[in-house]
Amino acid sequence: MTRRPPEPVEVIKLRREAALARLVAGVPYIGFLGARFDRRGDELTAILPFHPSLIGNPLIPALHGGATAAFLEVTAIITLAWTTLWEDMETGRIDPASEIFPALPKTITFTVDYLRSGLPRDAYARATVTRSGRRYASVHIAAWQDNHAKPFAAATAHFLMPEA
Amino acid sequence: MPDKLTDRLALAKAFMQTLPHAQSLGMQVTDMGEGRATITMPYDLRLVGDPSTGVLHGGAISALMDTASGASVMCHPSAPASTATLDLRIDYMRPATPGQAITARAECHHVTRSVAFIRVVATDADESRPVAMGTGTFTLERPPVAS
Repeated sequence: MTRRPPEPVEVIKLRREAALARLVAGVPYIGFLGARFDRRGDELTAILPFHPSLIGNPLIPALHGGATAAFLEVTAIITLAWTTLWEDMETGRIDPASEIFPALPKTITFTVDYLRSGLPRDAYARATVTRSGRRYASVHIAAWQDNHAKPFAAATAHFLMPEA
Repeated sequence: MPDKLTDRLALAKAFMQTLPHAQSLGMQVTDMGEGRATITMPYDLRLVGDPSTGVLHGGAISALMDTASGASVMCHPSAPASTATLDLRIDYMRPATPGQAITARAECHHVTRSVAFIRVVATDADESRPVAMGTGTFTLERPPVAS
């Protein structure tokens, strides 16, 4: 009995990066915000490089609460889509280069808590899928800046999953 | 007294127009009253969430609703010195119709010494069917008491 040789690491990386890039490119608003995604295996970290157009109150100055909320929301949507895509991508059921790519989840409810004011510097966020069902999914998101242990915003969101 | 109010509203309106993120999203203050603010954001392809439908991303609508809410706090009769979002919950009821501007109407319906409570509704051209509704709490910085 011969065992199938493991896939070369370059092939795996190329496939995963292509799928993530395609997912992110599918949302023009992510480009508008200037956010990007960093991948370690299946773990994603969203990065929002600081830009003066993200400022809400120029007197403090602090990040706009709306920019922060939007950053958390795109982190949730991409992470959720990525999580549901993972299995199909790894088993080869979905080709990241193919025409048909699953639709994105739709936000039903989004609740943000602002824990401290967002400083004029880079922000990071990670989303955890707390429940993923056939029709609905729930996600928790936390964002931080200099210190991971001191989040400046956190959110809970519920999504409607695309029809399979 | 009416003059003082119009002055304050003009000031709040001018202040809103200087917020960089509100500017980059193309937001325009269309109405402000005591504890009320209406802000419009034009449709923009860069703000789309899903290019296959052309529907605006929820994040852009959240940003608009947050801005309108903060503005409604700033023009509350208690004349706060500044405000910041504590929490904001937004329910998305339907996708915004592609090509149409979004308008958020916010109302600061109650304030305590340090907290403001708001309600906000976002609509597109069909104002009878809201796109999203939200409730939130904001911090309230009282102006320093003149001695």
